[in-house]
Amino acid sequence: MVTGLTVSERHMALFVLGALALAGLAMAVGGRGDPLAVHGYIVLAFSLGLGFVVLSALFAPEPPESRLSEYYDDPTRVGIILSLAWAVAGMFVGVWVAALLAWPELTFVDSAWASFGRLRPVHTSGVIFGFGGNALIATSFHVLQRTSRARLPDQFSPWFVLIGYNLFCLIAASGYLIGVTQSKEYAEPEWYADIWLVIVWVAYFVLYIRTLQRRKEPHIYVANWYYMAFILVVAVLHIVNNLAVPVTFGHAKSYSLFSGVQDAMTQWWYGHNAVAFFLTSGFLGMMYYYLPKRAGRPIFSYRLSIISFWGITFMYMWAGAHHLHYTALPQWVQTLGMTFSLVLLVPSWASAGNALATLNGAWHKVRDDATLRFMMVAAVFYGLSTFEGSFMAIRAVNSLSHYTDWTVGHVHAGALGWVAMITFGSLYALVPWMWKTERMYSPRLIELHFWLALAGTVVYVFAMWNSGIIQGLMWRTYNDSGTLAYSFIDSLVAMHPYYIARAFGGLLFLTGAVVCCVNVAMTIRMARHARKAEAGGDVPLYGQAGAAQAGE
Amino acid sequence: MKEFFHRKIERNAIGFVLAIVGVASIGGLVEIAPLFTIHETVEEAPDMRLYTPLELAGRNIYIREGCYACHSQMIRTLRDEVERYGPYSLAVESKYDHPMLWGSKRTGPDLARLGGKYSDAWHVAHLMNPRDVVPESVMPRYGWLKRNALRIDDLGEHLAAQRDVGVPYTDAMIENAVADARGQANPDGPEAGGVAERYGEATNVRAFDGNPGTLTEMDALVAYLQIVGQLTQAAHQETAAKEE
Ligand code: HEC
Ligand code: HEM
Ligand code: HEM
Repeated sequence: MVTGLTVSERHMALFVLGALALAGLAMAVGGRGDPLAVHGYIVLAFSLGLGFVVLSALFAPEPPESRLSEYYDDPTRVGIILSLAWAVAGMFVGVWVAALLAWPELTFVDSAWASFGRLRPVHTSGVIFGFGGNALIATSFHVLQRTSRARLPDQFSPWFVLIGYNLFCLIAASGYLIGVTQSKEYAEPEWYADIWLVIVWVAYFVLYIRTLQRRKEPHIYVANWYYMAFILVVAVLHIVNNLAVPVTFGHAKSYSLFSGVQDAMTQWWYGHNAVAFFLTSGFLGMMYYYLPKRAGRPIFSYRLSIISFWGITFMYMWAGAHHLHYTALPQWVQTLGMTFSLVLLVPSWASAGNALATLNGAWHKVRDDATLRFMMVAAVFYGLSTFEGSFMAIRAVNSLSHYTDWTVGHVHAGALGWVAMITFGSLYALVPWMWKTERMYSPRLIELHFWLALAGTVVYVFAMWNSGIIQGLMWRTYNDSGTLAYSFIDSLVAMHPYYIARAFGGLLFLTGAVVCCVNVAMTIRMARHARKAEAGGDVPLYGQAGAAQAGE
Repeated sequence: MKEFFHRKIERNAIGFVLAIVGVASIGGLVEIAPLFTIHETVEEAPDMRLYTPLELAGRNIYIREGCYACHSQMIRTLRDEVERYGPYSLAVESKYDHPMLWGSKRTGPDLARLGGKYSDAWHVAHLMNPRDVVPESVMPRYGWLKRNALRIDDLGEHLAAQRDVGVPYTDAMIENAVADARGQANPDGPEAGGVAERYGEATNVRAFDGNPGTLTEMDALVAYLQIVGQLTQAAHQETAAKEE
């Protein structure tokens, strides 16, 4: 893969890795006696390891000029593999923390890193940022080039984005295990990781814009709007919510610039919009390209996609306050948050409906093709979880659901049913294009994965709905004498069977992800064996006007 | 018409970028900016004191171990919550919390009114193995807290950083941070007196983990747990006033 870089790009890579190694060394030395040093060594080892890889191919001949008339897909291929690796790791930890809630002694007794509080963020960051983020980056490179009919402007920056991003994920996940966290949900990594992510993200944005500027299509395709919103807004959210003062530059620890109620509002403005622009916008981008492509049908309504896009971009940013109903946050903010959460259902369902209507006339394909079925079910769960979300945002409903497993059920209806399903569907469509095979190694394994995923999601979500609502009701039930009927422990005991069911559902889902990895690995092997096979389903860079933009 | 207009922005990448940022910024600006300026957002609490260095270290351990993933510290203004946990939380109570630890999930009970509820020994036993105390508990054990010596050499720097983000620590507090941490957990030692002097007579000065000789992470965490919800009595007063 390094041989695909031009010689000057290899030099550039070495230079950047060298700078990174120095930064790692500085962290290791400056942070002696602090967890910062551990991260210093990780950065150092990471950059030296990669430096070695680049060095070993430094003197290989320049890649042929002919590459410039093809799309640049190496980073997408690696991104797919990284995404799947994070999926298995992150979901494994998910099953583990689920099991810990059912059987708390199920851990290496008295090892700090293996306790629930440290593992839980490994799960959330692992699946959201590791699995989801890598899938978004990999597919965005693919979609961007196809819909713009332009090759990425250079070969270095996509690698910088992809690998830099994975370094961030690695620092994040390893940090929690050694006790480095800001405690802000979905923004746990400390200041140095945050700064690094800003650098990576700026590179991502610049790469995106440069490619768009080179496009040979007059219009920017819908999928790219969503990817752009994802990149831009996540940058804004990330920077604002992570403003903090490090104890010293030799400490991993920092103190948030905000405190109390302002911090809470900023955090949930961030948190909810991480959901909106990471877990929704980006994946809608994926959906708007791969679903019509796979179904072989144009997007049902262009108008609807405009309404949905601007509706989501505008309204989500107001909705964060629904995480803070009945708290010390001023009431007017809560009311605004609730109102916008309700209206938000309109653009959300516009997208879900648009996707399902696109399938009209292709239902026989949905029946026969598990890949397309993944995407169809994802759209359904997207509709479902947004409906549920708007419902839970109503103050009276939230008084019951907040703090309970109902939230966790809602999260995973979105995360498993929508995010993971649309990703798996898209990857199954993408992998054969990327490795230039006609199809995945085994359609039957896709079918198996589909049913495992669906069953896992349903078991998980139903278990959490049950436990959440029971929990919420038990906490607020009074007996005849006007005192609370149940102790906290009573509610805890009542959760036990649901926690077992959830762990089981999660195990099914994880098994599906492993099946997916096997299938992808076999497809890659198959491709290696049949290098001569012609590209299928992919769009050529030049010629064949009209076939380029799905849905146009 | 609208469609025509949109067709135009679709042709201009930079324009599209600006439009997204513009449209997306409005909500946050309208909701967050006023929170910093409107006075009523945070009530007055003249009796509010600061975390001692030991309590701050304990709070950092609470963050490090992810206790916030299972415990909230925010009692909502709902009758059943007030009856179960105590007076509902006020904004001022987390005025000095960088970051806040309101939490979003109650796998365990709310801790906003925990301070003073149990003895130090109960907390130590509970943290060593929650199931010794509450057999049904699913809380993890935290045995290493009692084995790990507490890092205190940098506590002055911690307080200074806190001051940078707006917590009014004085120079004397910053200078004496290390001594105060030792003093607070060693009531009979020479450094105990300064703690009350700087942080108020009501400050807990005890051997929190039962062993005055060594300063462990357990000392710090228990010191913190005993002060949660106790930095000011404003919430109790507000509830009392409402009931009259
Ligand atoms: C897996 C979730 C979980 C984590 C993580 C967790 N706890 Fe708990 N905690 C519980 C549960 C469940 C209970 C109720 C049963 C009991 O008392 O053990 C509880 C109870 C408590 C209580 C007693 C509260 C009361 O009013 O009776 C305290 C104090 C406490 N936890 C402190 C902590 C601290 C400090 C940490 C972090 C070091 C922590 N917990 C981490 C689940 C958790
Ligand atoms: C194998 C499947 C999975 C299992 C078993 C699982 C399990 C869990 C468990 C046990 C929790 C902690 C809940 C609690 O504290 O009560 C959790 C939280 C969470 N998980 Fe998963 N998970 C899985 C997959 C995923 C995926 C694929 C995603 C995202 C794409 C995801 C996103 C989240 C998020 C965002 C939270 C935090 C929820 C909150 O704070 O309310 N999970 N998960
Ligand atoms: C119209 C769209 C949506 C609305 C109005 C909405 C609303 C809500 C509400 C009210 C909560 C509970 C907050 C609380 O009580 O603490 C919540 C939590 C959450 N939602 Fe949604 N939701 C929507 C869509 C989604 C989607 C598509 C996902 C995708 C995965 C998602 C992921 C989450 C997560 C991760 C949380 C948990 C946050 C936490 O406490 O850690 N939501 N949402």
